[in-house]
Amino acid sequence: MKRHLVSAADLSRDDALLILDTAEELAQLSGRAVKKLPTLRGRTVVNLFFEDSTRTKTSFEVAEKRLSADVINFSAKGSSVSKGESLKDTALTLQAMGADAVVIRHHASGAPARLADSDWLHGSVINAGDGTHEHPTQALLDAFTMRRHLNPGAGRDLAGRKVAIVGDILHSRVARSNVHLLTTLGAEVTFVAPPTLLPIGIETWPCQVSYDLDAVLPKVDAVMMLRVQRERMNAAFFPTEREYSRRYGLNGLRLATMPEHAIVMHPGPMVRGMEITADVADSPRCTVVEQVANGVSVRMAVLYLLLGGAVFADGSADSARTTELLEAAQ
Amino acid sequence: MTTPSSAPRAPHQVLDATDVARIVTRIAHEIVERAKGAEDVVLLGIHTRGVHLAHRLRARLTQITGREIPFGTLDITMYRDDLRLKPARALEHTEIPADGIDGKLVILVDDVLFSGRTIRAALDALGDIGRPRAVQLAVLVDRGHRELPIRADYVGKNLPTSLREAVQVQLSETDGRDAVLLGDRDYAARSSQALAADPQLPE
Amino acid sequence: MTTYLIRNAQILGGSPQDIHLVDGAFAAIGENLDVPADIEIDATGLVALPGLVDLHTHLREPGREDAETVLTGTRSAAMGGYTAVHAMANTFPVADTAGVVEQVWRLGQEYGYCDVQPVGAVTVGLEGKQLAELGAMHDSAAGVRVFSDDGKCVDDAVIMRRALEYVKAFDGVVAQHAQEPRLTAGAQMNEGLVSGELGLGGWPAVAEESIIARDVLLAAHVGSRVHICHLSTAGSVEIVRWAKAKGWDVTAEVTPHHLLLTDELVRSYDPVYKVNPPLRTAADVEALREALADGTIDAVATDHAPHPAEDKDCEWAVAAMGMVGLETALSVVQQTMVDTGLLNWEGVADRMSHRPARIGRLTGHGRPISVGEPANLVLFDPAYRGVVNPETFATRSRNSPYKGMDLPGRVHATFLRGEATVLAGELVER
Repeated sequence: MKRHLVSAADLSRDDALLILDTAEELAQLSGRAVKKLPTLRGRTVVNLFFEDSTRTKTSFEVAEKRLSADVINFSAKGSSVSKGESLKDTALTLQAMGADAVVIRHHASGAPARLADSDWLHGSVINAGDGTHEHPTQALLDAFTMRRHLNPGAGRDLAGRKVAIVGDILHSRVARSNVHLLTTLGAEVTFVAPPTLLPIGIETWPCQVSYDLDAVLPKVDAVMMLRVQRERMNAAFFPTEREYSRRYGLNGLRLATMPEHAIVMHPGPMVRGMEITADVADSPRCTVVEQVANGVSVRMAVLYLLLGGAVFADGSADSARTTELLEAAQ
Repeated sequence: MTTPSSAPRAPHQVLDATDVARIVTRIAHEIVERAKGAEDVVLLGIHTRGVHLAHRLRARLTQITGREIPFGTLDITMYRDDLRLKPARALEHTEIPADGIDGKLVILVDDVLFSGRTIRAALDALGDIGRPRAVQLAVLVDRGHRELPIRADYVGKNLPTSLREAVQVQLSETDGRDAVLLGDRDYAARSSQALAADPQLPE
Repeated sequence: MTTYLIRNAQILGGSPQDIHLVDGAFAAIGENLDVPADIEIDATGLVALPGLVDLHTHLREPGREDAETVLTGTRSAAMGGYTAVHAMANTFPVADTAGVVEQVWRLGQEYGYCDVQPVGAVTVGLEGKQLAELGAMHDSAAGVRVFSDDGKCVDDAVIMRRALEYVKAFDGVVAQHAQEPRLTAGAQMNEGLVSGELGLGGWPAVAEESIIARDVLLAAHVGSRVHICHLSTAGSVEIVRWAKAKGWDVTAEVTPHHLLLTDELVRSYDPVYKVNPPLRTAADVEALREALADGTIDAVATDHAPHPAEDKDCEWAVAAMGMVGLETALSVVQQTMVDTGLLNWEGVADRMSHRPARIGRLTGHGRPISVGEPANLVLFDPAYRGVVNPETFATRSRNSPYKGMDLPGRVHATFLRGEATVLAGELVER
């Protein structure tokens, strides 16, 4: 594994399976009286959140505490960050405080990559969601949840499993991370969205694209509904909320057309009545709550694998990449 | 690299398959005797070879007592004190019997007792899982050189060694045959195959 | 005044000749000149080009002297072989009055490294609402002929039409920063495969092309001339080519960075690659090179955009847009156009000196290297190979995308009206 987790594309199949298998072991912990492990004792993990995210932040914090790490929460609100401090100065501050890892959530795409590639700090950087770029731990917990339902067992992948990701692909970091990871694990991904909510160049992505939810559902093993923000309506991405949910929302009738074993997933927070109706959200086939629980196990696995052992610099790999980019530019 | 005058010795066998089988049987009998019929015994094998030995002990105990002995496995990676010396390792499966370990006599099973750090980690792990009535330790080989105040309750063979030496336990489940080998650490280190086959080496 | 005798210079890449500079003009040109001179320069292996003219420079003064000043910017220009630069209007205050443009012009004259020809804003405060006093700026000592709201697009079709019409009175030209604002709201990089993957807001080619299409039609309609700033897409090339074929008075410039770099570099999220218009695709780069070679694109213009370190040493989204370029322009053009066989040195002189001077209606620049002409000259060593180190730049800022790259060529000397501003690769202190 690399020293940082910035993109789900950084993970090889072996890396991904190692994380999932480790998470599976760590999941047992939640059933124990003492849910804590001493593994990261004396290690400092900073949760650097420039964007509100109660669920992701809490999930990371639980994971860090269960591994006995010293946890520092550094949120943009009420800190020097809101007074105009740059990301660089914030990073230098955290470095001075001896952060072994920084879990960063940022509204700007690429901020975690910037932190990881800079010499501002030396610890591991874990991307907890950056702008409309990536959210790799979300993809890991999604894959973990899917594997439990569709192909349970250590060492197993998602080969041949069909996953539909439905909704605002254009602005979704969850979709971007998932397409990388699920493809790495052998799953076949189909994006379903109105054309306005798909990025330009989608045809080159390792996935299928469909504008027709009803045509896709009967063939899926899992469907992942993405949150659609109402504000998008004002930017003319779709005409009305009603039209959106009629064409792309998951309701009871559509659920009935899915194979019986197929599950309904959602990264949360759900907008009931928009992309998902209440009866589907509350149905036993909906794994939303399970995903939250799995999030803790997966994040523990990531933290353990990045921080638990010796740290080896991967500087040489990085400089090779720069050369590659420059050559691409010639 | 060593000088030619002190060339490392090739590993030689100190226990063969018959010895290992006899030891397992003997330890099983000792457990029954000392644990008063092994009524509340829970066997916990420590990964990797401790699990295989625990399996064998359990089979033997069942034969002797006519009862199923609760059995589990323990991965102590997350409790190790040398985690930061190596890259993070994959975890093995930890399985605690359904009835738990509270109030039970837990017997930890491992292949080699050396510094005692593995057992220290196992005791820490046990403390987080429950509160046994007592904890005992069964090992195939005790090679000495303890770095912690830990001793085994059941020992297959006391094997005096020097720190230069490496003990290599082979069990049919993972290695195709049962044997215990003793050789020079340097010799083993020079043979990458031997290194890979000997998880005890870096301890 | 110091007299110079330059020995064995290859004028426009031709056979070696001697050049004699006296009293600000070329006094004699020929083989084995036997004339007296204060300083003799051995120019063996060096190419002599007319002093370069930049149509698009941000000197930042007044207002952002932490990024650049007229002094540091013109020193940078001299180091790049330039003898005239057009200073863009987006300063603080905006160069939308005769007072501001005269101040900038005077500073350039005072320092003497490079002529500074201020560009006037088209609209007051670059707001796109009300025409600035274009006539007053033209009538000022600065004699403004080029008007641009660069950094912002004159997107209101009526304002653009009126500006195009109005500047006809004094042979002015509107230089359009073609960027449809609604199509580029929140834009961070070229819209394409890479932006989709990186999750960065896209700046689609059509946002540039639609404005260019509109403006060439407007220029034709009102019979004025229009200049397209930093044209960056293959589609824009097609539109300009079409407009020129119609005989319309349309000119266009391309930046060195759009001739070399692509949006693949953005994958690093390093804001040194953040620029407006954004780095495009390899196909666009190829089209731009061809268009510059065949004359569809008239000029190379640097869009030299200095920024202080803190504006680039941050996350991509909040970083400033722009790259410094004066000191690397000729090297990039050598690499992309000359070494590839697309353009010879005569062509380089045309695209980097003659045509930009003509577009800006500069009378003392972009002249041929011949006896009696003003001695604006650059001696360039095309055999030089070196790694770009922005720390050595004369500009105040360091935001060069070429940092660490191998680029060919180096300016050996620059002469502004017969006075050396750069000699042996070093600035001449004045």
